[in-house]
Amino acid sequence: MADLKLTNVAKSYGDVHVLKNINLDIRSGEFIVFVGPSGCGKSTLLRMIAGLEQITGGELQIGGQVMNDIPPSQRGIAMVFQSYALYPHMTVRDNMAFALKIAGQTKEQIQQATDRAGRMLQLTPYLDRLPKALSGGQRQRVAIGRAIVRDPKVYLFDEPLSNLDAALRVATRIEIAQLKASMPDRTMIYVTHDQTEAMTLADRIVVLAGGGIAQVGAPLELYERPVNEFVAQFIGSPAMNLLPGKVSRIGATTTVALDGGGVAHVAIPTRAGDEGMVVNVGVRPEDMRETDGEAIFEGTVDLTEALGEVTLLYFGTREEVVPVIAKLPGIHPGLNGKTVRLTADPEALHLFHKGTSLLYRDGADLPPYQPRIAAPSGSMGGAHGAASMPEGGDDRSDGRIEDGVVKPEGPVR
Amino acid sequence: MELLWLAISTIAIGVFGCVAWFWGSNWVLDAIYPPRGPRAGDNIRKAGQIRPWLFLGPAILFLGMYLVYPVIDSLWRSLHNSDGSRFVGMSNYVWAVGDGKFRESMLNNMLWLLVVPALSTLFGLVAAQLTDRLKWGNIGKSLIFMPMAISFVGAGVIWKFIYEYRAADETQIGLLNWIVTKFGGDPQIWLTLIPWNNFFLMIVLVWIQTGFAMVILSAALRGIPEETIEAAILDGASPLQVFFKIKVPQIMGTIAVVWTTITIVVLKVFDIVFVMTNGQWGTQVLANLMYDWMFRGTPDYGRGSAIAMVLMILVTPIMVWNIYNARKEVR
Repeated sequence: MADLKLTNVAKSYGDVHVLKNINLDIRSGEFIVFVGPSGCGKSTLLRMIAGLEQITGGELQIGGQVMNDIPPSQRGIAMVFQSYALYPHMTVRDNMAFALKIAGQTKEQIQQATDRAGRMLQLTPYLDRLPKALSGGQRQRVAIGRAIVRDPKVYLFDEPLSNLDAALRVATRIEIAQLKASMPDRTMIYVTHDQTEAMTLADRIVVLAGGGIAQVGAPLELYERPVNEFVAQFIGSPAMNLLPGKVSRIGATTTVALDGGGVAHVAIPTRAGDEGMVVNVGVRPEDMRETDGEAIFEGTVDLTEALGEVTLLYFGTREEVVPVIAKLPGIHPGLNGKTVRLTADPEALHLFHKGTSLLYRDGADLPPYQPRIAAPSGSMGGAHGAASMPEGGDDRSDGRIEDGVVKPEGPVR
Repeated sequence: MELLWLAISTIAIGVFGCVAWFWGSNWVLDAIYPPRGPRAGDNIRKAGQIRPWLFLGPAILFLGMYLVYPVIDSLWRSLHNSDGSRFVGMSNYVWAVGDGKFRESMLNNMLWLLVVPALSTLFGLVAAQLTDRLKWGNIGKSLIFMPMAISFVGAGVIWKFIYEYRAADETQIGLLNWIVTKFGGDPQIWLTLIPWNNFFLMIVLVWIQTGFAMVILSAALRGIPEETIEAAILDGASPLQVFFKIKVPQIMGTIAVVWTTITIVVLKVFDIVFVMTNGQWGTQVLANLMYDWMFRGTPDYGRGSAIAMVLMILVTPIMVWNIYNARKEVR
């Protein structure tokens, strides 16, 4: 068993506190992804789990054993580095065999283990080559192979795909997903700044920000129920629009009078006394659609980016505020300079007060998370695939079809 | 004062002479093949073929005069008798093979060749690794590097004091004998202890060259990607295993360059032996032997040159390998 338990884990360099109060339970066999802006300490946290960085506060348990002062090699972990970290003077086979040789395994055992890893990663023809004679993707596979031969309980990946080009990144990402599927009882912890990797690979995503954990949850849970404005804007691309306003009517569905003149109906309850509360309404670009009726946002298109499957509309790029962005499926020629009215479904809207989502107010007990069915094209179909939902529909499933324009699936990220 | 002016004017003439040559020859070339007009392309091509030779010319001339000519002259002299008046064929070389002192020098040179580069590189490597992570490591490095700044003659004099001998009833002014007598031993005349005196001389060069090895190897060690070391730690390697199985193999090229560079220095060793023993008591080496025959007593240019040729032949292959390795490192 390789449950990981982090209790109040902290890291500081002298007076500089990089991480504090990290509490996290990772179940055996889970695929956990750490994401966060650069400098948030996600790699540091991974290196602390690996034992390459001293834990300066709190406790790390792996499989029920406190690991704070156990040397890295005895923690039952293996790590894959961004830069591959292959030993340049050793052949592929020797690279993979190094740990086993140190551990004093017999030649037959080593041969067997390296052969098996070579087969798993299609490296058999390259076993006798030096790393410099391999391509980037092959090198990263060797690095993964080096982890596999040790058969660790926990795999740690530190931005393993960042040095690969776009096509290889996709291919290797799929390989890692397949690798995980072939080892369901092995825990994997994966650090990335790439949302796509996080959304597609993770069972649960840990969003780190400001030295702590902002939110932990399944990819689509973070997408649909962000706990605060940071997570809301960090997950999803382009980032969620935040429109300031005041609560004008309370109830199971809250009505917000927006400062921009629009009105938003948000399917998040508010209670007596909330009238007049200053809030931000969050709306994802991909949830917005054109309307002739009541609009939550009306503006003149400053700029369009036509990507084929979607068209991005930018509003207010010339002002000194964060521009509002809408992502409409399909191709929309001739929108530049036009005034557009946009709305979104109440279920797709988010409500933030002082940066925090009102959905989670007072530690409200939420029903367990279920992905929204027929979620807008933003759903990634990852591990918690919305795609697996059989019935086709709530009333919003046809909401995004533009007249005469083919509805695309999936956003460009 | 006169000397100072002479030196300054020499430097000025040298520098301005160079500038004048490059500028002037270039100007003349452009005048002959002007890079304009109807035949501009043709002229530029012709001038481009000549220009490198103009610029290289002085260097080739001086290198030829001071390096190539002496080699050829030495070869010529080594085939002639003591004053160069009669051709004697290989007899100087035949003499050398049969000469006891020459054989002793060859043997000693081989000994130097084995011991000094090995110890210097080893100590340099250890010093580089040990000082790398220490707060006062840089001070340590400076101290170890300092002997590099001392001339071989100076180092010889310093170490001669360390090995200095005084009779047992006198105050020992040599460090080594002082230590020995403090522990109740008898003072030794270290530089006459055959065959150990050879090693006492070698230590001087090791002392000098360790700093050189350390600086180069320290830079190489820092060039090793940190991740490979971390990966090895995760793989369970102990610090010693990390050092010998991960770090050292990755800087093998640099170690080879350091080793061969010191080897070349060692083959040419002269000053230390000259100052400390002058080749007595079984410590003769080729360079000092050559000097003896060339300039001492009745000079024998033939034999001296023959020894010089042997020395050159010994150095050349190591030099070639050294340059090959250094170039590989650069690439």
